[in-house]
Amino acid sequence: MSSQALSQNNERFEVNLGPQHPATHGVLRVKLLMDGEYIVDAEPVLGYIHRMHELMGENRTWAQFLPNMGRLDYLSALSYNLGYVELVEKMAGIEVPERAEYIRVITTEMNRISSHLLWFGAFVLDLGGFTPLLYAFTDREEILDLLESVTGARLTYCYYRFGGCYNDVEDEFLSGCLAFIKRLRARMPMYHNLVTKNVILRQRLERVGPVSAEMCRKYGATGPVLRGSGVNYDVRKNEPYSIYPELDFDVPVYHEGDSMARYMVRMDEIEQCMRIIEQAIAKIPSGPVMAEKVPKMIKPEPGDYYHAVEAARGTFSIRAVSDGKNQAYRMKLRSPTFSNLSLFQEASKGMLLADALALMGSLDLVIPEIDR
Amino acid sequence: MNKANVIQELKALASEGMPEEPEVAAVAEEAAPEAEEGGKAKKAAPPEPRKNGLLEVDYARRGVHVDVQVAADQVVRAAEIVDAAGMTLEAVTGVDWINDKELEVVYDYAYTGGECFRVVVRARIPRDEANIPTITEVFAGANWHERETFDFFGINFEGHPQLEYLLLPEDCDFHPLLKDFKGC
Repeated sequence: MSSQALSQNNERFEVNLGPQHPATHGVLRVKLLMDGEYIVDAEPVLGYIHRMHELMGENRTWAQFLPNMGRLDYLSALSYNLGYVELVEKMAGIEVPERAEYIRVITTEMNRISSHLLWFGAFVLDLGGFTPLLYAFTDREEILDLLESVTGARLTYCYYRFGGCYNDVEDEFLSGCLAFIKRLRARMPMYHNLVTKNVILRQRLERVGPVSAEMCRKYGATGPVLRGSGVNYDVRKNEPYSIYPELDFDVPVYHEGDSMARYMVRMDEIEQCMRIIEQAIAKIPSGPVMAEKVPKMIKPEPGDYYHAVEAARGTFSIRAVSDGKNQAYRMKLRSPTFSNLSLFQEASKGMLLADALALMGSLDLVIPEIDR
Repeated sequence: MNKANVIQELKALASEGMPEEPEVAAVAEEAAPEAEEGGKAKKAAPPEPRKNGLLEVDYARRGVHVDVQVAADQVVRAAEIVDAAGMTLEAVTGVDWINDKELEVVYDYAYTGGECFRVVVRARIPRDEANIPTITEVFAGANWHERETFDFFGINFEGHPQLEYLLLPEDCDFHPLLKDFKGC
């Protein structure tokens, strides 16, 4: 016990919030200074699974760095794959065939649903409800099976290539996606009846952990955290890439800024992802999935390049500096949860510890992506 | 948000203290053909480090709209300009230009309130005296980004409230993204 707590008339004490074992998921430590059940200060301590991806980006070729993209945010790896291949295509001026663009959007959005489903299960688990996790995992399992059939991987995907995709998708995959969407649509009311309308959940989330739009701006928070605070910002809409401008979908925005708003944004996004996939499957053209002429050795013109995409957790962007060689001179990876978590220290001041956990869960943290 | 205002203010900031050099530019134009005649001699010379000033770059190719290089002591004012325009801080990072014996600190700003607008502010500082003021007073989110940049490059952000290792172990004594880092 710290000397502070032992001194007279001072009930403050320090607590470390784990887990910190490298084999567990979500290796984050929070140094808490508590006054009874209330948080005086909560400082996240990072770096437990830091792997220095940015240095790896500098000592391997542009193509060799591609598999690293599946290992940042392992829950929505395809968004990161997409961001990186689009950046390199921008640098090298590679045109992507239309069919490949559609496949990319379909698989990325499937991945986004699986990421949101896992977050949903894990978040409710954090709050003490065990069962919803199992329901969410049965649905997520279907997505993993579908994506495995095209990409060959279940988690750390490396499916896109500069100029297209590694292989074409079969009609069975597309019809499997449609069948999955039909199934998930029928199950969404169940999720809402079981969890969203649950009075205990609502009392744990409503008016808990409010985050204002101004705080999001000062900390650079993006994604569902920003949209839960009433800001209509989605890179897919505001800075369109790939074929998103051709698809009709809404950006869910909630103005309350509390944990419930962030919960609702993600639940609504699942519905929008399903809309996007259905339209993309209806429109997908036939044709090649790889550009004809992709240089074997990519040597972009010297200079800075920047590209951002909307990952499941917010804006993922890469700043690459090229010096004309076949390796990057500098590869900066801007991960969304790094900024999203940075507001936790300020937002959690004076909160009950149990409520702060609800706030932290609603930020949807993936630690390998924060630590990189 | 008024983009033109932001561009103008950043331009004014970047050109502060810089001599107006229209004549020099004219001389450079005249000199250009000569250099072409010289052929390879010019190519062999290393490119000069970029001078302070504002560039409106090709967004489709580079991914940003405005690229401005300022002096190290102007980064806080640059942050205030974009803050007043309602923009958000996406990232702070560094680049080690070891051949120029300089470190570059790069600030990426984006506008999240509507039409996409990205501004990158950069400042160069000497490698052996890597000090630059912190912008945490303007953007609280810069706290972690600057700590990360300190981890990787050893850049000292003057006035930072807690300049400690963030991602690297607290007892480490190296900065892995410096180009002369040889492993540990």
